Amino acid sequence: MTGDASRAEVCVVACAEAWRGDGEILASPIGLIPMIAARLARATFAPDLLLSDGEAMLGAGTWAIGEAPPVIEGWLPYRMVFDVLYSGRRHVMMGPSQIDRNGNMNISAIGSYERPSVALLGVRGAPGNTVNHPTSYWVPRHGTRSFVSTVDMVSGIGYDRAAAAGAAASRYHELRVVVSNLGVFDFATPDHRMRLRSVHPGVTVDEVRVATGFELVVDGEAPTTRLPTAEELELIRTIIDPRDTRSAEVPG
Amino acid sequence: MTDKLMTEADVVGELQSGMTIGIGGWGSRRKPMSLVRAILRSDLSDLTLVTFGGPDAGLLLAAKKVRRLVFGFVSLDSIALEPHYRAARQAGAVEVTELDEGMLQWGLYAAACRLPFLPTRVGLGSDLLRFNTDLRTVRSPYGDGEELVAVPALRLDAALVHLNRADARGNAQYLGPDPYFDDLYCMAADRAYVSCERVIPTAELTAAAPVQTLRIQRWMVHGVVEAPHGAHFTSCDPDYGRDESFQREYAKAATDPTAWAAFTDRYLSLDEAGYQAAVAARAGVAA
Repeated sequence: MTGDASRAEVCVVACAEAWRGDGEILASPIGLIPMIAARLARATFAPDLLLSDGEAMLGAGTWAIGEAPPVIEGWLPYRMVFDVLYSGRRHVMMGPSQIDRNGNMNISAIGSYERPSVALLGVRGAPGNTVNHPTSYWVPRHGTRSFVSTVDMVSGIGYDRAAAAGAAASRYHELRVVVSNLGVFDFATPDHRMRLRSVHPGVTVDEVRVATGFELVVDGEAPTTRLPTAEELELIRTIIDPRDTRSAEVPG
Repeated sequence: MTDKLMTEADVVGELQSGMTIGIGGWGSRRKPMSLVRAILRSDLSDLTLVTFGGPDAGLLLAAKKVRRLVFGFVSLDSIALEPHYRAARQAGAVEVTELDEGMLQWGLYAAACRLPFLPTRVGLGSDLLRFNTDLRTVRSPYGDGEELVAVPALRLDAALVHLNRADARGNAQYLGPDPYFDDLYCMAADRAYVSCERVIPTAELTAAAPVQTLRIQRWMVHGVVEAPHGAHFTSCDPDYGRDESFQREYAKAATDPTAWAAFTDRYLSLDEAGYQAAVAARAGVAA
């Protein structure tokens, strides 16, 4: 156990945990912290994961942020990502701009759809991801603007929408975990409303509540997110992110 | 032997205002930018643009050539948000048909197969069905009875794609890591136009690269344009990578009307040769 882990490193490990037990599937991390996390998961407790180089190759081994994989083990052009996605053998971690208590998320537009106050990327693959295979989320700045009562444009669907849309939508729908800079959340409640699973070291439950724009389910005393092991810290610091790009995304 | 060689101006001459045009590549990667620039110089307007969007969408939106944008995202990759796209959306200046990336692929494939739609789970429960009011669902006629989204065919009047090599008859080759969806665009279109870095004799296509790189076949293609550096400033691996410095200049200029007027004056008011010369001069200064 290591007491000197940074918040970013705690978040990396919490994100890595999302892929524990997934076996031989494609891990698709979107964004820096999830990318470090997926490489860490494969280097340690999830060795069978497949990882892309972010372009068109599947890489074997463990490689640093900003570098190319040491060994190419497969070809994964964009069109083949959809093949894997439809097979269900994929678990993506995306970065929602807004997320609500049911896990609905938005990466398309803030404000009115016809004339958004902020136009974002577009829905990308979020609608398809969420009805085809497990999906997790990473939110680097937990606040009432990201954890909202209602998202403006449902891009990736939550449990209420999946249930309402019928069996075809809910059959393969699974939101595994939401990791923010403050804590870890899941939907392991009877009505699939977002639950606080753990708070990161140094964060209080009240801080999380205040930063959340809806009522979180909290079962008694929330545990503390686990610290990285010495081996995990070594991998993060010397192999996967030696230039410490992670602390720019999550300070402290 | 049909020689399909033509110029950018010839291609634009075959397009009409109001057409639905698909543009290949992906984000800021292997976009047929010399053809896009030729459209910017034309009087074409009211286009419906189908794209995995990058600066192609940004430039055509900025020039007010687009009535409707059919897209899954618009991004410059290394710069996440496309400034002209943002401005157009935030001004309510363009009609949109926003689709999941997989739905866009499905729509092109349905058109390529001459089917009215293809079924998918993708989109179920999402606001794509709320905002795309013409999207319909379809019930499986089999025992499962699942209700699925019917992605309508995205039939294109014309497709524009940029490849690394082609012969004069329209056999075209990608040499980078990803074919993107270029063959689907060509097959979904009534007329497909391929620009390429170099036109070479047919026999040379497979002299240095495996036959699997010949993703585009001549039956799909109506016109071939030789356009060296035609994808600039997007990437065209392995011939060249994205011009990140130029893309930064583009994105910065795009956020300010005065700077954008200067950018237009410096690069976009010229013909393709003038554009390439201005880019080369810029690189020379930078070096």
